[in-house]
Amino acid sequence: MGRRWTTWAGIGLTALLTLFLILPVLLSIMAGLCVNYARGLSSGLTLAWVGQVLDLYLDTILRSLAVAATTLVLTLLIGVPGAYALVRRGGPLARIVEEVVTLPVAIPGLALALGLIITYGGYGTFRQSTLFIAVGHVLFTLPFMLRAVMAVLETIDWRVLDEGAASLGAPAWRRFVDVILPNVREGILAGSLTVVTLSVGEFNLTWMMHTPTTKTLPVGLADAYASLRLEIASAYTLVFLVMIVPLLVGLQMVAGPQRERIGP
Amino acid sequence: MTQTANAAPGTGAAITARALTKSFHGTTVLHPTDLHVPAGEILVLLGPSGCGKTTLLRLIAGLERPDGPDMLRFDGEDVSGVPVERRNVGMVFQSYALFPNMTVGENVAYGLKVRGLPSAERRAEAGRLLALVGLEEHAGKRITAISGGQRQRCALARALAIKPRVLLLDEPLAALDAVLRERLRAEIGLLLREFGITAVYVTHDQAEAMAIGDRIAVMQAGRIAQIDRPEVIYHRPANDFVADFVGTMNRLAGPVRDGRLVLDGGDTRADLPTGGPDREAILCFRPEAVRLRDGPGEGAILARITATTFFGATQRLLAEVAGQVLRLDLPSGLTFRPGQLAAFSLEGPALLEFPRNG
Amino acid sequence: MRTRRFDLLLILPLAVFTLAFLILPLARLGVTAVEGERGAMAFLAILTEPRYRASLLATLLLALATTAGTLAIATVAAQTLANRRFPGRGLLLSLLTFPLAFPGVVVGFMVILLGGRLGLVGGVTRAVAGTNVVFAYSLTGLFIGYLYFSVPRVLLTILAAAEKLDPALVEAARSLGAGPLAIQRDVVLPALFPALYTGGALCFATAMGAFGTAFTLATNVDVVPMLIYTEFTLATNAAMAAALSIALGLITWLALALARLRPAGV
Repeated sequence: MGRRWTTWAGIGLTALLTLFLILPVLLSIMAGLCVNYARGLSSGLTLAWVGQVLDLYLDTILRSLAVAATTLVLTLLIGVPGAYALVRRGGPLARIVEEVVTLPVAIPGLALALGLIITYGGYGTFRQSTLFIAVGHVLFTLPFMLRAVMAVLETIDWRVLDEGAASLGAPAWRRFVDVILPNVREGILAGSLTVVTLSVGEFNLTWMMHTPTTKTLPVGLADAYASLRLEIASAYTLVFLVMIVPLLVGLQMVAGPQRERIGP
Repeated sequence: MTQTANAAPGTGAAITARALTKSFHGTTVLHPTDLHVPAGEILVLLGPSGCGKTTLLRLIAGLERPDGPDMLRFDGEDVSGVPVERRNVGMVFQSYALFPNMTVGENVAYGLKVRGLPSAERRAEAGRLLALVGLEEHAGKRITAISGGQRQRCALARALAIKPRVLLLDEPLAALDAVLRERLRAEIGLLLREFGITAVYVTHDQAEAMAIGDRIAVMQAGRIAQIDRPEVIYHRPANDFVADFVGTMNRLAGPVRDGRLVLDGGDTRADLPTGGPDREAILCFRPEAVRLRDGPGEGAILARITATTFFGATQRLLAEVAGQVLRLDLPSGLTFRPGQLAAFSLEGPALLEFPRNG
Repeated sequence: MRTRRFDLLLILPLAVFTLAFLILPLARLGVTAVEGERGAMAFLAILTEPRYRASLLATLLLALATTAGTLAIATVAAQTLANRRFPGRGLLLSLLTFPLAFPGVVVGFMVILLGGRLGLVGGVTRAVAGTNVVFAYSLTGLFIGYLYFSVPRVLLTILAAAEKLDPALVEAARSLGAGPLAIQRDVVLPALFPALYTGGALCFATAMGAFGTAFTLATNVDVVPMLIYTEFTLATNAAMAAALSIALGLITWLALALARLRPAGV
């Protein structure tokens, strides 16, 4: 069966789309490793730009990791029990609570950041701390942890597992730890990877909330894009890519390509 | 571990319910119910879905809270307010509720782990229970790696491992196919009697109820319609509902005159002695309560055969007498042709009478 | 089962966090918006004051254009990828969805690499036509950037729907003599409609709220998020920034709420 022109047009457009999405990434990687981007690969390869990035921005990289770790711990402590509570409660009330706690997905980060700054700007120590950034990230990533865990809870028969453990004499908290948590670990893992990926790349809230001493990697990136030569900006971007690729590969292995939306 | 699983008969608590009641959102699903299950008895709760049998079981388990205080006692101790995890009841769930994150052995040992038993002891005890249900070779397997029947036995072993005061089984065989169900119901019956544990067993399958129960409580619309030994439930059902639920029941309606119910349908007729005053009556009998006889007369039914179905050892006849349809079970060695007339006598004690519109 | 205390303990961290860092800040945002010199009229000013109105209109148009372009591209690509098995398909899908994890600033930088002064497109046009085409810092660049982060997201939604589409439907239409455009109009698009609807609303909401890309490209077009940022930091007009935030939040929330109220059908 011969292919129609529409098929070829579709393949052509998909190929163009792939180039559109991937080419800039490749250009960026190349620019970060080239001696001189304007002269291209012929100028030779170097790690000097990456070295400069580490000299200039190592603190932002480490801070991003620290913020991501803090965010993860907090979303786990808040989100996993919260997800179980919402599924256990069920009904219209739980729906409303879920709607409220997942609002940060629907509201632009800028608005959330503004609210946080207006509310907590007066508390100097907290306002200036990395924890303030982490709180913003928890606010934004919590819905993803909640949804990931709730999605798995809805596929297992948690009520019967809970009753089964109860009939064997386990008190409520122990049933949660022994029987519920191990059976939602896939959701917790997928949620954790999503949270860390989002936190490492978060810009909208962080840009509003950061102080000169609480810059994260994407904030540093914005700095670099605005003021430094293309090679350094690219090398910095390369560092970011190196940080998120393992997370994305992990997420893909856990959840497959149809994962929850994440992004700017 | 001095008290072994193969303890003497009569282990476990007696269950006493007094006006035990449960409503959900204003709807009463269990009307005030009195019940006494002596220690060591196997009581089957039998009824259609929605009759309240599962609610009654979950109340005994402590998975639901009764409407009022002091409605339920184990050996005289009020347990109405004791939650399931402190009631020490073994529960076998319809879906088994086995923990997928644990192996077969870990599942069976879990209740002992919660009770703080050292690892070696609980492994030994779990091994003993697994051996009892024939799963000792599967102790290290994942729940997903064993068959439905094996899961069922694993759930039973897990519930028995905690040496419960009462064992509760909620449709434990419903998830299995028919052949396996029949085999396991015999096994479970034997095992429960060997343990001598007080057990409450919920099912909607009357054959299962007959096979397993010391007594059967037939439930209807949130009430116990009749509670008695299986043969009494079968042969002396308290009402129409019980009669029909535990098997097929034939009904012949007509006037009783001079102590006899006589139906005359021309070539078909019935003439059954009943005694008592003149009245309108419904006489009931089970399909297997008839014998073929030579001809009509006193105490006989002369019916026209309309259809026969071969069942193996028996055959089911559809017959008609004076416009009323009967279902009769007879040895398959006898030959009937549709359209022929045949005379039957009734085994005396098999005949029951319900009040008209009863 | 009675586990009220346990249930309360489970929900407690979530409740405390949400109250302190979501409800309270949003309430403060609302109070701040009406506490400015304009009072509650600040919301009206978004529509009456030319600078704000122009920004809102530009953002709406950009978001709508992005949505239309994204849906068109994603629909074609999804149909090309659905039910077609070839070596490297999984890798290709991963590559196509990889940009989902990029922050807006990185997307902006990708546009600079394509259409900036040292960009790929400029390099090609210089070699071919002798002129260095630079589009990164214009409205075009912004649109390209928005497409860059929107297409992967919507592609996933539509691909999932396209893979559920029964190929027999298309074959039946072909056997009846329908041409490719008629098949799209009469068979494929109606079947994909719920996904297009959800994906479109998602795309629109994201485009409305996007900040990083516009920030990096620093175009002369002020999208609303940029406006909020400049009002707050440069003009120190917290009240107006808050009012704009609330208006923007309402628009994106509404778009996403509509996305969840899926139309009935497939």
